[in-house]
Amino acid sequence: MTLTELAQKTLETRREVLRLIYRAGAGHIGGALSAVDLLVVLFYDVLNYRPEEPAWPMRDRFILSKGHSCEGYYVILADRGFFPREELASFMKYQSRLMGHPHPKVPGVEVATGSLGHGLSVATGMALAGKRDQLPYRVYCLLGDGELAEGSIWEAAIAAAHYGLDNLVCLIDCNGLQISGPTQQVMNTQPLAAKWEAFGWEVREIDGHDLQQIRQNLNQVPFTVGRPSLVIARTVKGKGISFMENDFHWHHKVPSREEYERAMKELEGVGPSEIGA
Amino acid sequence: MDRPNRRVFTETLLTLAKNDRRIIALASDSRGSATLNEFAAELPEQFVEVGIAEQNLVGIAAGMAKCGKVPFACSPACFLSMRSIEQIKTDVAYSGANVRLIGISGGVSYGALGSTHHSLQDLAVMQAIPGITVILPADNRETAMLTRQLVDYPGPVYMRLGREAAPRVYDDNYRPAIGKGTLLLSGEDMTIVAMGELVRSALDAGYLLRQAGISCRVVALNTLKPLDTEILLTAARETGALLTVEEHSIYGGLGSRVAQLLGECGPVPLTVAGFPDEPLVTGNQEELFRHYGLDAAGLVEKAKELLRRKQTTRL
Repeated sequence: MTLTELAQKTLETRREVLRLIYRAGAGHIGGALSAVDLLVVLFYDVLNYRPEEPAWPMRDRFILSKGHSCEGYYVILADRGFFPREELASFMKYQSRLMGHPHPKVPGVEVATGSLGHGLSVATGMALAGKRDQLPYRVYCLLGDGELAEGSIWEAAIAAAHYGLDNLVCLIDCNGLQISGPTQQVMNTQPLAAKWEAFGWEVREIDGHDLQQIRQNLNQVPFTVGRPSLVIARTVKGKGISFMENDFHWHHKVPSREEYERAMKELEGVGPSEIGA
Repeated sequence: MDRPNRRVFTETLLTLAKNDRRIIALASDSRGSATLNEFAAELPEQFVEVGIAEQNLVGIAAGMAKCGKVPFACSPACFLSMRSIEQIKTDVAYSGANVRLIGISGGVSYGALGSTHHSLQDLAVMQAIPGITVILPADNRETAMLTRQLVDYPGPVYMRLGREAAPRVYDDNYRPAIGKGTLLLSGEDMTIVAMGELVRSALDAGYLLRQAGISCRVVALNTLKPLDTEILLTAARETGALLTVEEHSIYGGLGSRVAQLLGECGPVPLTVAGFPDEPLVTGNQEELFRHYGLDAAGLVEKAKELLRRKQTTRL
């Protein structure tokens, strides 16, 4: 996919995320929007998978450890053909498969996430299984930065380096905000790059909204043979909707009708060059 | 010669794993307590050490299960069932990962090491999680045979094993089935229902009661969930009083589950034998069983008291 096409996808995805949350009257909009560009590059350009055969053994695995940002994930899975697009309208509705956090009954979802700090351990297990079986697939795991306060993340970080899992790629959606405020004030986990390097990971820091940078770096994994790769993606919470950007109140606030219309106008009004490209 | 069930488990697992590359043994610096040293030496490619990190142990096991492996995550029951319970709930049970959680040195196996090392709440939390089968073998034969059945058993399992030599209960003809209770001793006056390594005490108590002229039935369960309700309700109907015996808190384990069943299906007098809701005294496993009346002599006393209650209770 060309960068322009990818940029178009990020816009479409953001619009759909906004629609989903507005219709459901619930969701986690801020973190969903900060992760859109990373998810779009992964699912339209990097990951190797077969929507018609979700359990294909050779597929690359993806785990959304920050499970509350499921909206963009669902939109993309539907667009890629894992399940019908019409089903998106059921998001968080009675008896829907599309709950507020992902579950493997949704085609394309590997494991249930939503309790933070779990995803990287599961991804480590998947990568270790691939190594033991000498299979070529890779495992990608997307974390939030607030989530890094969970001790289990660091248990997994140690183990992944210990086993030299260079088939494991971890991305941190580093939007700097969490539910009760700036991450550095709630619990400062900086300096992230130095920490992960000290834990044995090969680290790159990128602009998490620059599609070219995301793609270029993800196409270069493993960054070092024999070590797991980490991408620290600097992002903006609420990215793409001016009045939501960098405001932690939009962690899980639901837009009013007026806010929804204003936001939709912003997402329709900008060209791909102004957002995500 | 009776041996620890944990030892029988690992020997059986090693034999199975030599012919089945899907089998992975995982340890959290628990190679010694789980007696996995031989496994690690013989099958290094099927062994995973995660260090002292029980949450990661279970998460990694779930990831491997999702990639077609049959992981046996082996860690002391006290830590496995508490430290990693959320990974068990979410990564294993809710995600449908076929992990075998092996709780080593369960109950009060660690004796005088104290409450930090006792697992007396594990059955309560495990049985409240949808989809987990909860297994407690009684003796060496049952441990070996159930371990073999676990390889292709559908769905996640928690199996608790003791640390000390487990006295023999079953003869060579016994064929255990997961979820199926066993009638060990016939009787009409009352029934003792026991689980895991207290089955032997229950059976000994049954014989002692018989010598005292009391016709006591003894039923063994190797599976707490799913519960063999048929054997329990038959016992309740035919003998009219139940004494449940477990190496667990009196809250949330076998006794609680049986009380719920009797409440739903028609009550009979019930005594729940287990550990009280308080910090335990110091002692080895045998001393603790005796102190809290879970040895054969203690169970005989509880049985006699239950019979008195049966004769005077009108339900």
